[in-house]
Amino acid sequence: MIIRNILKTTLAAAFATSVVMATAVSADGVIKLGAIAPKTGPLAGGAVVTQWPNVDLWVTQVNARGGLNVNGEKMTIELIQYDDKTNPGEHIKLAQRLAEQDKVDFVVAPYGTGFNIATAPIYGRYGYPMIAVSAITDKAEELTERYPNLFFTLGTTTAFVEGVREILIEQRAAGEIGNEVAMVNVADAFGIELADRAREMFSEAGFELVYDKSYPLGTPDLSPVMKGAKASGAKAFVAWSYPPDSFGLAEQAIIEDLDVAVYYSAVATSFPAFSGAYGNKINNVLGAGGTNVDDPQVAEYRQAHLDITGKTADYWASANTYASLQILEQSIEGAGSIDRDVVTQYIKDNSFETVMGTLSFENNISSTFWSVGQWQDGVFRGVKGNDVDGAVGVRVKDGWAD
Amino acid sequence: MDILVSGLLLSGTYALVAMGLNLQYGVARIMNLANGEVLVLGALAAFWLYTTSQISPLFTVVLVAPISFIGNWLIYRFLLLPLVRRSKTQGNLEVDSILATFGMSFVLIGVMVSIEGGFFAYKYLSSPISIFGSTTSLSRFVSFLIAAIIGFLLYLWLNHTRSGVAVRAVSVSAEASGLVGINVPRVSAWAFALGGMITAIGGALISTFITLDASIGVVFTLKALIIVIMGGVGDIRGAIVAAIILGVVETTVATLIDPGLTLAAAYLIFLLILLFRPQGLFGRRPL
Repeated sequence: MIIRNILKTTLAAAFATSVVMATAVSADGVIKLGAIAPKTGPLAGGAVVTQWPNVDLWVTQVNARGGLNVNGEKMTIELIQYDDKTNPGEHIKLAQRLAEQDKVDFVVAPYGTGFNIATAPIYGRYGYPMIAVSAITDKAEELTERYPNLFFTLGTTTAFVEGVREILIEQRAAGEIGNEVAMVNVADAFGIELADRAREMFSEAGFELVYDKSYPLGTPDLSPVMKGAKASGAKAFVAWSYPPDSFGLAEQAIIEDLDVAVYYSAVATSFPAFSGAYGNKINNVLGAGGTNVDDPQVAEYRQAHLDITGKTADYWASANTYASLQILEQSIEGAGSIDRDVVTQYIKDNSFETVMGTLSFENNISSTFWSVGQWQDGVFRGVKGNDVDGAVGVRVKDGWAD
Repeated sequence: MDILVSGLLLSGTYALVAMGLNLQYGVARIMNLANGEVLVLGALAAFWLYTTSQISPLFTVVLVAPISFIGNWLIYRFLLLPLVRRSKTQGNLEVDSILATFGMSFVLIGVMVSIEGGFFAYKYLSSPISIFGSTTSLSRFVSFLIAAIIGFLLYLWLNHTRSGVAVRAVSVSAEASGLVGINVPRVSAWAFALGGMITAIGGALISTFITLDASIGVVFTLKALIIVIMGGVGDIRGAIVAAIILGVVETTVATLIDPGLTLAAAYLIFLLILLFRPQGLFGRRPL
């Protein structure tokens, strides 16, 4: 009887201690990081390439180092992740859950322009610094004015069109293309905004859009689009496209043997899967974004990405996504606090050493980014950008042979 | 000519998407909302086998066929048959099967995301060929041929064999066919399994020329639904004719008017058919 009582007490004590210890650890040794992005739905294909592996990579690396140094105390990262199913309503509900129930300390900004804009108010209300990556809009200034916790890192619509326009002007001067441009866009907020801007900016530069059409997202057969572009006779082809159709357009261009000197398609052109599917046929194809693959820091990052996540990083926003987490890391350590207002202020006031180079914010907008890259002999290299080093010369597209 | 060739090839794709659902809905009376996911599953198999072991998607089709047949048969036998038994009316069964297969579609998406969350991007037979002066890819042409063969075989089977007649009888009236000695549950299970098999084969073929991902199934389910309803539920000729109409009209609109209006054109035809021939092109008026 006595023995049993002793046993009971010991067990209870042991249990109590373990509970106390457990709470002690989670109370002050851990930073909770919330991440919501698509794992299913139309944007999932992009998010699992660009967004999720980088979150995993960064969290793994930080925890392997023993955590972040916050005012002398090592704090590890606990990642809480949800799938928003590419549904903004779902995302907002989950964001509320992150703040109210999970009580996370920081968040990873959503994936996609629309999602970043749609969720800025809710993350703003809880004061989370939100370093948006996969978001390109000309309304950046207006938005950062309204939501002082929102930061943009990937550039603006105008800058993206400008990158393409510069290339068109250069190639026209070199005699490779004429004034005629064939342009298509996906009928989606992203494609429409870019195409609208391009219409103005291209015609200002004296270009004539001899083929200018949109197509719905998920069109199963893009051959009429490509046949139309080919029939227009333009030597330059520009597509403001999204992932499934960037692949479909390239496929049709190969089949139709589209005879152009400049071929550009937007999102997903920089994905490893793009060259995986088409190999050398897409040599000299231009696409949105880019990286300086010759930078040793980028090379080191790409290797770590492959080693830890088992996947090859894409040649564009992957590095920016990772850089945004490096900014978060440096600002938490620099501010020596996990107070969100203090950290937000720190991001505004300082510059950060990242895989994308030194980044700083003016009115919450970073002006260091790549706008156009090109597949050159199996590697997607940045050819146009703002305030970036290592841009290489643009090559002319010469047929679609293997 | 360009329009006709591209349009017909696109119809082949649509026929592959819709013939399976037609059997499942027309005969087994299961409104299968996971139809698109089964299709993507076939595509995933083709992608995965091609990228990991260089197995030709055409060979994958041969592998996928029996596996998907058995898989779909099991789904019908253990997941859907209880619903069939329980439901008193056709309407009941439709609501139940919609809910059950809707749930199933999420499970399938989850499974596929865990295997490959990115794009199923690979190229097979993507060399250009010329048909009557119009260029297209070999893969599209091969898929069209296989779709035509499947459609033709189905037509022959349904109209010229004893078992085919039994299937058609069940599609007209499950009660009456039971009375004349047809084993309705068995015929339904076979029709459902066969439908799933055709859909999965279609997915493997379509993946050779369209880049899919795990979540894109619903797009195909919707297209299949439109075609099945346009053509007339339970009639394979209807599904094929509707697929041809849809393919040719979409290509015509994309070429002559604007690619942005293809979806609008597809739904316009759908609306017109619903308004003027609600039972579908080849459907029977309810007695």
